[in-house]
Amino acid sequence: MARVGVFVCFCGANIADYVDVPMVVEETKKIREVKFAIEYKYMCSDPGQQLIREAIVQHRLTSIVVAACSPRMHEKTFRKALSDAGMNPYLLEVANIREHSSWVHQKDKKAATEKAADLVRMAVAKSIANEQLFEISVPVTKRALVIGGGIAGIQAALDIADARIPVVLVEKSPSIGGKMAQLDETFPTLDCSQCILTPKMVDVASHPYIELIPYSEVIELEGFVGNYKARIKKKASYVNFATCTGCGACWQKCPVKVPNEYNMGIDKRKAIYTPFPQAVPNKPVIDAAYCTMLLKGKCGICAKVCQVGAIDFKMQEEIIEREIGAVVVATGYDLWDPKPYEEYGVGRFKDIITSLEFERMVSANGPTNGLPVRPSDGKIPKNVVFIKCIGSRDEAKGIEYCSKICCMYTTKHTILLHHKVHDSHAYVFYMDIRAAGKGYEEFVKKAQVDTAATYLRGRVSKIYKKEDKLIVRGEDSQIGQVVEVVADLVVLATAVIPPKDNPELARMLGISYDKYGYLSEAHPKLRPVETAKAGIFLAGCTQAPKDIPDTVAQASACAAKVCGLFAGDTMKKDPMISTVNTEFCSGCQNCVQVCPYGAIVTEEVPMGHGSKEMRTVARINEGVCQGCGSCVAVCRSMAISLAGFTDHQIINEIVSI
Amino acid sequence: METIVKDQHVSIEKPEIAAPPDWEPVIIGILCNWCSYAGSDLTGTSRIQYPPNIRIIRVPCTSRVDPWFLIKALQTTADGVLVSGCHPGDCHYITGNYYARRRFLVTKKLLSFIGFHENRIQFSWVSAAEGPKFAKVVAKVTDDIKKLGPLHLYKKENFEK
Repeated sequence: MARVGVFVCFCGANIADYVDVPMVVEETKKIREVKFAIEYKYMCSDPGQQLIREAIVQHRLTSIVVAACSPRMHEKTFRKALSDAGMNPYLLEVANIREHSSWVHQKDKKAATEKAADLVRMAVAKSIANEQLFEISVPVTKRALVIGGGIAGIQAALDIADARIPVVLVEKSPSIGGKMAQLDETFPTLDCSQCILTPKMVDVASHPYIELIPYSEVIELEGFVGNYKARIKKKASYVNFATCTGCGACWQKCPVKVPNEYNMGIDKRKAIYTPFPQAVPNKPVIDAAYCTMLLKGKCGICAKVCQVGAIDFKMQEEIIEREIGAVVVATGYDLWDPKPYEEYGVGRFKDIITSLEFERMVSANGPTNGLPVRPSDGKIPKNVVFIKCIGSRDEAKGIEYCSKICCMYTTKHTILLHHKVHDSHAYVFYMDIRAAGKGYEEFVKKAQVDTAATYLRGRVSKIYKKEDKLIVRGEDSQIGQVVEVVADLVVLATAVIPPKDNPELARMLGISYDKYGYLSEAHPKLRPVETAKAGIFLAGCTQAPKDIPDTVAQASACAAKVCGLFAGDTMKKDPMISTVNTEFCSGCQNCVQVCPYGAIVTEEVPMGHGSKEMRTVARINEGVCQGCGSCVAVCRSMAISLAGFTDHQIINEIVSI
Repeated sequence: METIVKDQHVSIEKPEIAAPPDWEPVIIGILCNWCSYAGSDLTGTSRIQYPPNIRIIRVPCTSRVDPWFLIKALQTTADGVLVSGCHPGDCHYITGNYYARRRFLVTKKLLSFIGFHENRIQFSWVSAAEGPKFAKVVAKVTDDIKKLGPLHLYKKENFEK
């Protein structure tokens, strides 16, 4: 028979003032299974724990009930005390008589005492049904997958690889670098983006612990933390990267011209192309949507000029598999299409451009030799109007949130404009200037003085054309008047939005995303890089809009999490998970449907001993199961049981009140 | 369908039997570990007072709660049951509370069909931050059950008599 020991805590005066603790002990002693019951001033203190350890040995106790504060507070402390006495730590139950009785029934000592005695009785009844549980060890594959090769993915991959953990970096486009590679200079220090990014890109390519898989996408992820298997689709590049030397003869001779995505379509690239001169890997790919050889079977000039014979028009896409233990998702962001701003004439007037287009123009390696130009006539603009919050903070047309980076990059743009066109003047229409960050406010203040830009607080209501100029009509709310600015060029600071593939990616990975499409972290404050699925982490703008410093910090945090996960050869896991008694399992698979983690699979077992007839039963993958108990409640045959919260334990609690 | 169900309605409730003057209901609260249990702890740390009738059972998630528990509770010890979990969309286990919500709608209908007053079983969403709300919910449930009176079923005391 069970021999239960009960330890009731005074918690100083916290419990003792409102609950008659000796009375609770007396009541408890009446329970048949209770062989030892005692009160003590502070159970969590060292002498208190010593009391428990001694009683376990002395009274040969088979389970322990501690009546004290919430189990969320000290369950771990008391479990450790049990372990120290050589007892299985999961034979402990905590009766919460502080948060659930003494603190909430301070005016009625009798009722609080009765309730405390009931709570102890329930815990005793539950503990009688407690079983020994053992922490589960799961083997770990020490290799990380990083999805996305922007600055977030690059930083995470480098940090993980520097800890000598192999990394597989998968990038969708032909080169890593992401959006940061498109930037000219970066706020608030105005250091050149390429100069700080490209060395890191080269480090990725040459790092012995990083396997870079460009022009590829992750299409499937199965398994569980420490034991994932990723299927990666390598798109057909029609260029054999192993033999290609990156000489560039192919794209110089290619006759097909295509709008250049890297330069926001301002100039043209060829059908065979490297995205930009500093691309890593610096190997071209053929764009199958435009290549006339692939479309019509005519041309093939690139194959003729290639001296090493790297061009292969018969190349097929390829699926490869990698076994990995953790995933870092760093898929970055997109920019909002300002088309709904019809009153601005977006799409009708050529001289309205987005900020990233402006960024490409003023970039030294950009399509216009580093000078801003009017797309309509190629002239250098003198009066440039910057409009912030295009799509951001606009519930009617765009999205509700603040994109965080637009205030800062618009300030940067006014400086770049001032540097490139000395006699220019910038006008900035803003709602608020949000410059929270190290050196940001100083940067804005200095830029306002240096560039003498006109800051107008208010929204633009209309843009119309007058001769070859654009007239920007808006409100200056600080003087309460409508203002009109004659502009040569209008630059729209469009909102940051999540990549449109994010929901699909989230479903494939089994993680959640918010109403906008940003991937959700496990806790907005205390677990900002983990997802709800163990072993999957988030870095950069795929989780929320952020600037480069924040992105890099989050990526390094991901790396720390991955390294922590891989610190041992096996992972320890809480044993409070579900198990199936296959004897009872009827194979209805209700549990398979409700499991939020896909932890339940089916398997075939013989009907009986030596039988050749097979039947289907459920099997729970103990590495994946998180112990929610959904499957237990839907199991019609009562074949599934959740350790620590079995039917037996809960019914015991219910009937013992 | 609705009318047929009503016609067959036989009540287990016995309002004609007066409750003893010192009678206090027993209410079982089944709370999920991550939201409502944490919320009830917060009620405690904030020292917000509520009626002492509730006895709390901790489960990992409301989806763990089998309707059997509720029936067993009403049959043996409780005059009412409160099940409380995370707000929709906030479930620690992604979708658990949605299953729970559907399951309790059906359970509630079944119980009222077999003659329990529907207020005997109540369901609520209390997050880990809603200490005051938990106290309010408990006060309301206690009040509701008090109005209904004791549940005259095959209870322990009935056997003892």
